[in-house]
Amino acid sequence: MSAATSVVERPVLVRAVRDALAITWRNLIGYRRVPQLLVFSTVQPVIFVLLFRYVFGGAIRVPGVPYVDFLMPGVFVQTVVFGSLATAIGLAADMKSGLLERFRSLPMARSAVLAGRTLADLTRNVFVVVLMVAVGFLVGFRIHTNAFALIGGILLILFFGYAMSWIFATVGLALGDPETAQAAAFPVLAPLVFASTVFVPLESMPGWLQVWAEHQPVSVTASAVRALVLGGPTASLVWQSLAWCVGILAVFAPLAVRRYRRAV
Amino acid sequence: MGDAAIQVEGLGKRFGDVVALDGIDFSVPERSVFGLLGPNGAGKTTAIRILATVLEPDAGRASVLGHDVARKPDAVRRRIGLAGQFAAVDPNLTGRENLRLVGMLTQMASSAILPRAAELLTRFDLTDAADRPARTYSGGMRRRLDIAAALMPRPLVLFLDEPTTGLDLQSRNELWDMIRELVHDGTTVLLTTQYLEEADRLAQRVAVIDGGQVIANDSPAALKAQLGSAVAELGFEDEPTAEKALGLLAAPYAGVEREGVTVRLSTNEGPRVLIDVLRDLDGAGLAPSTLAVHEPSLDDVFLALTGRHAESAGAGDESGESKRSRRRAAG
Repeated sequence: MSAATSVVERPVLVRAVRDALAITWRNLIGYRRVPQLLVFSTVQPVIFVLLFRYVFGGAIRVPGVPYVDFLMPGVFVQTVVFGSLATAIGLAADMKSGLLERFRSLPMARSAVLAGRTLADLTRNVFVVVLMVAVGFLVGFRIHTNAFALIGGILLILFFGYAMSWIFATVGLALGDPETAQAAAFPVLAPLVFASTVFVPLESMPGWLQVWAEHQPVSVTASAVRALVLGGPTASLVWQSLAWCVGILAVFAPLAVRRYRRAV
Repeated sequence: MGDAAIQVEGLGKRFGDVVALDGIDFSVPERSVFGLLGPNGAGKTTAIRILATVLEPDAGRASVLGHDVARKPDAVRRRIGLAGQFAAVDPNLTGRENLRLVGMLTQMASSAILPRAAELLTRFDLTDAADRPARTYSGGMRRRLDIAAALMPRPLVLFLDEPTTGLDLQSRNELWDMIRELVHDGTTVLLTTQYLEEADRLAQRVAVIDGGQVIANDSPAALKAQLGSAVAELGFEDEPTAEKALGLLAAPYAGVEREGVTVRLSTNEGPRVLIDVLRDLDGAGLAPSTLAVHEPSLDDVFLALTGRHAESAGAGDESGESKRSRRRAAG
């Protein structure tokens, strides 16, 4: 038997990209074969849209714009924040099933599992966010600026979702069990999503909560997207949101990588 | 046999306060099967994980085909295949896609991946299921797919962690044949097992591990020679009949005892003795109503080597194979 003849020596960077894409391919097949994952991560934000557009929305007053126009940019952000939980669940499941152990014994780039997971989840976010924009238009959402601003807003949301994925990559690898990861995520996500300006204006909250709700990353990103699609001063908010994204990546990417090195 | 394919010297690993490996040494010649035999928690899996570069050792050295596992992990990874204790396949991918993924990640040439996958699917009898998601597979099929994945890049050294745990008899025998074939083709195999029989059938050499240490390193034949023998249990209708049978057998054979309606006979002469015993009993009109033979088990090896039973209560009892590890009811 001529052993190892079919193996190719590839430059480090080429190998890193190829391996990351191979893992991305594998994760996307998972989404295609188990459409429930995609359906549930879409159904939940749709329910929020219907709930806040038609049930609670009437009681919420926002200055200057119809509530649905205020609501939808927040829902887009909320969608990717809840969606980032999938990164934790996916990695924890791979850890539990022994797949990570196999990957670690293969001559593949050490970065590939995390890069491939987060890239697959980014791809899924593209699909889900575009779908949510369509749902928004169906329930009466209108942009007040132009299509370029909307595209800019979507790109910002996707970048933010990508950064959030790394937080949950760390959580998933630290916990190593999909059910536990799911349970642990809610206490982290709830203050980010609900104590924010996603659904209600800042002014409606008590003063002490406003301090948190104004500056935390989900609110900042929702406000930046709102400014982009509804008009108003954008630069400061967009920069703040980008700073949050970069900051989250700078902290959690190394943490996730360190976790991955120790995970079996 | 040529040079050592695997060389392990003073290998140690601890997890917090738990010492998983306490300085083990062994070496595996190329083109041979080496067995690591021990109960649950003995350190077998830790040893395999270190050799497969999944874990880093705390002490000692280990090399695979001359490459140090801690310093040149990538060189090791290019030469090995690992099939862990749990079938590590992606349940959402089909069998073929699972093999394709491993082919890509082991840096195989793109043109070589699908032909090799097809070859392995045929060899492991998975052709019909090749394009179904692996989550629809039975346990045996998943295990076969897992081993096929480990073989994708034609590894020179194959690590198998309890490869037959949970397999039915037929799948187990097929896997054993496959392992022999691989070694014939030039692969070196390191496998862990809880079953003396498995080590006996496959391995040229066996290291018995207990509490993170190697307590014996020998050929299976030599290990078995240290052991007691197989035990035949003959069950009779009632105690008087059993007593009569005992009287008949006690004179010509050593090591015969009675407990209730059961007469036990220890022998290391194999089935020959049984034929004689049954003929004698039949001649006297004392044909037994039940007959069972117990091969020596890992537990017997432990008893012989350490004077105590294997520590883990789970040893051998988890996968419906408890009959082979059942202790002899000697006292």
